Amino acid sequence: MTEKNIALELDDIHKSYGSLEVLKGISLSASDGEVISILGSSGSGKSTLLRCINLLERPSRGSIRIAGEALDLVPGKDGDLRAANSRQLERMRSRIGFVFQNFNLWPHKSILENIIEAPVQVLGQSRDQAISRAEELLQRVGLSDKRDVYPANLSGGQQQRVAIARALAMDPQVLLFDEPTSALDPELVNEVLAVMRSLAEEGRTMLIVTHEMRFAREVSSQVVFLHQGQIEESGTPEEVFDRPQSQRVKDFMASHA
Amino acid sequence: MNWNWDVIVEYFPRLIDGVWVTLELIFLSGLFGLMLAVPLALMRASQSRWLRLLPFGYIFFFRGTPLLVQIFLIYYGASQFDAVRESVLWPILREPYWCAIIAFTLNTAAYSAELIRGAIQAIPKGELEAADAFGMSRWLKIRRIVLPRAFGIVLPAYGNELILMLKSSSLASTITLLDITGAARTIIARTYTPLEIFATAGVLYLTIAAIMIGCFRLLEMRLNRHQHYKMPTELSAVDPRLSD
Repeated sequence: MTEKNIALELDDIHKSYGSLEVLKGISLSASDGEVISILGSSGSGKSTLLRCINLLERPSRGSIRIAGEALDLVPGKDGDLRAANSRQLERMRSRIGFVFQNFNLWPHKSILENIIEAPVQVLGQSRDQAISRAEELLQRVGLSDKRDVYPANLSGGQQQRVAIARALAMDPQVLLFDEPTSALDPELVNEVLAVMRSLAEEGRTMLIVTHEMRFAREVSSQVVFLHQGQIEESGTPEEVFDRPQSQRVKDFMASHA
Repeated sequence: MNWNWDVIVEYFPRLIDGVWVTLELIFLSGLFGLMLAVPLALMRASQSRWLRLLPFGYIFFFRGTPLLVQIFLIYYGASQFDAVRESVLWPILREPYWCAIIAFTLNTAAYSAELIRGAIQAIPKGELEAADAFGMSRWLKIRRIVLPRAFGIVLPAYGNELILMLKSSSLASTITLLDITGAARTIIARTYTPLEIFATAGVLYLTIAAIMIGCFRLLEMRLNRHQHYKMPTELSAVDPRLSD
């Protein structure tokens, strides 16, 4: 077996809001091509952990490495960490794709403009190059006919597929999904999961916070169960789903069966 | 009552001269005011406390005092200072035209800054987080996401502000400017026909306001076109099962 590169490494991530400690030291690493699902009941800190990776949320302690490069963090005035060098943060963020629960497309831009915005403005790609890539991606998520409409004219599932295409347009090293199907009507969930499944199959490195248990079990190489800001259990899907050690995970699996 | 059409016809060209002065006043002070308001609004919406507080005194003063007082302070007040009379700005500051433009600019900038600040703060947080997540720098985010979004949101309120300014511009007549109101007063002093001339002046203001409202409508439709939901023309676009 060949040694795989580490795409993402989190070490001892803590996050507190005042006296409330939401993350209590989480360490996690994802090799290239790995799909890690992060499970847990609401309030367990899943989304906060994901948002700490690209500093949408500032961790209180810990370190973050993307493809071997450590994000340079220094304590801010409020005690939480902040990026020492905003250029480095911007560069690292541009290599991490983030898909939000609420899609967060830019409503004043058409679908195509949403997708080419960051490749052109942040990566400095030519417009033509970005457009031809965007068209490929739209085709891939099955929305070629929507390139010139505005987000308000799309269903939630379509918006989320555009948001995934928008993240892919940056050719990110890691893709983070923050409950990507939680804001969707049940009948729209599958179209988004199908796209994510195809990404997992082509070997994308992904971290997925989700409540879709069957999906997590089928696509993940590793499952992490968070409880009260700590990793309660982690392992292969078979280990965590079929033979959970902790009572907490057993209860959770029983209630989500 | 004796309505005199002749005096309206005779002095109409003078009133039209006043229209141009009024339009110049609101166009220039609107333009300068907006250029000033955008950075002020960004400061007011900033994360940094001292940046937020910096424009506060200015905005508080210009929103809290009458425009007429501001015009008088600049026109009569500035000349009281030797430093002003001796400065290179004196040729500008002694002209009532420029004093009016300065007063209108500072006044509308204060109001517009608060309108734009409100619009910036009304942008859903997630859209800004998306910009952050893609590695946009602060200025890129402001240029590509924050300001275009804020302009779309602020447009109806800003159109209102410009209409208010159109009407306030009549105060320029108090410092000898011959805008619509100034021209009307000069004509009336000569002809003693206040009803005819003020009524004509009113119609001219109304016409300008109507044109401005129309322009803003068009601009709004253009800038906020993304908000207009288009009905699918075919049922199959809603759900494939509906096609027969």
